[in-house]
Amino acid sequence: MTTISMTVDGVRYDDDVEPRTLLVHHLRDRLGKVGTVVGCDTSNCGACTVLMDGKSVKSCTVFAVQADGTDITTVEGLAARDGEMHPVQQAFHETHALQCGYCTPGMIMSAVDLLAENPDPSDAEIREGLEGNLCRCTGYQNIIKAVREAGQAMQTATAASPEPATSDAGNGVPGQQPAATAPGGPAHTTAVGEVRT
Amino acid sequence: MIPVAFDYSRPAGVDEAVQTLTDAGEDAKVLAGGQSLIPMLRLRFAAPSMLVDLGSIGEMHGVREDGDDLVIGAMTTHDEVLKNPLIRAHAPLIAQATATVADRQVRHLGTFGGSLAHADPAGDMPSVATALDATFEIAGPSGRRSVAASEFFVDYLTSALEPDEVLVSVRVPKLAGWGTHYEKFNRVAQAWALVGVAAAVRRNNGTIEEARVALTNMASKPVRAHGVEEALAGAPATAESLAAACDHAAEGTEPTSDASASADYRTHLATVLTRRALESAAGI
Repeated sequence: MTTISMTVDGVRYDDDVEPRTLLVHHLRDRLGKVGTVVGCDTSNCGACTVLMDGKSVKSCTVFAVQADGTDITTVEGLAARDGEMHPVQQAFHETHALQCGYCTPGMIMSAVDLLAENPDPSDAEIREGLEGNLCRCTGYQNIIKAVREAGQAMQTATAASPEPATSDAGNGVPGQQPAATAPGGPAHTTAVGEVRT
Repeated sequence: MIPVAFDYSRPAGVDEAVQTLTDAGEDAKVLAGGQSLIPMLRLRFAAPSMLVDLGSIGEMHGVREDGDDLVIGAMTTHDEVLKNPLIRAHAPLIAQATATVADRQVRHLGTFGGSLAHADPAGDMPSVATALDATFEIAGPSGRRSVAASEFFVDYLTSALEPDEVLVSVRVPKLAGWGTHYEKFNRVAQAWALVGVAAAVRRNNGTIEEARVALTNMASKPVRAHGVEEALAGAPATAESLAAACDHAAEGTEPTSDASASADYRTHLATVLTRRALESAAGI
């Protein structure tokens, strides 16, 4: 067993894991983060995508020991603590960017990662940016629309907010702090520092 | 699936990594970004007794200039390579090919050195390194050694690396004054090349002085298209002379047939893609 420490959705966790434990299994089976799903199990579909130190990774293709010392954001960590959805979640909801919903957690995490790097992507850039995520039922059109609308909403929020949306102290996830949140008071940082062993 | 159980080590330096590999014996395996290895472990195509994770070795990250060369740390991720200003300025062929590797998530973790050490003939970096005449800097129990790209790739998933050796960095020439291009044909849902072509061309006005062409996935390792290169040396920089030279593109190759493409089709692709790559590289 190897002792690892990581922050997941703003909470620090210290655990002993077998080196062969995959990050997705650690998140789901040990930490209860079942919002992150296992899809293809072979690193193709991207359903298990999470952010590791702010960058999207396929958590079925990372060992938990490799994530030692990192800051992980799952789909469960996107919404504000009062339940207000992240702009990407909101846009997926409003544009009906899903049918069965299985690919959705990964799609949303990849979209958050893409918009952090490119806040105003073209449709072609969105398609390219989501190439690591497969959906077998929507036909992608509404997913593209959702990402486009989320990007616009986040830009509007950034322009309207006295503080940049990327200033969130929790996980550094762009757009995580809605414009409505009071300046200087990120919506959900109180969990940081909690230790679960 | 769950990989077979293994011991895990995360050394802090290259020497410690080599020592760990030496002590562990030939069943130990180096873990770089894991984006090729972990799927193989999950499918139990590989079952190493120990993984030696190079993720904490600072010396192996990043890109630096050294005279007329760039030295790329083996653990530099594809994403870092893609965004590196030195790579973009002096080795745009690498940046262009790297942008076609897998997807964003995989490029965030997969490494430049890992994709070379993995030596998959369908991978993009091996042919790029072959076209650029890269030099592989390797650490082992008896010290450091350098291996040319032409010697590094041995066979399918087999490189010149010994079980107790670590690829530390890769040295590529800056190729000032050359035009380069990577042309790749792949299925939309997967980024593996059916065939890829890495080309570099040095022109003197209307004449091609030198061309370098390497093919992805046309044999069990990357191959230089020597016939094309020889036909182009001193040839006029015209579409006609490029097309004529490309008749030699598949010479000496041994393409496989699989569900995605027959060997004949790959031979056809090699000719067409080589022409396209050369036209872009030569600005024709």
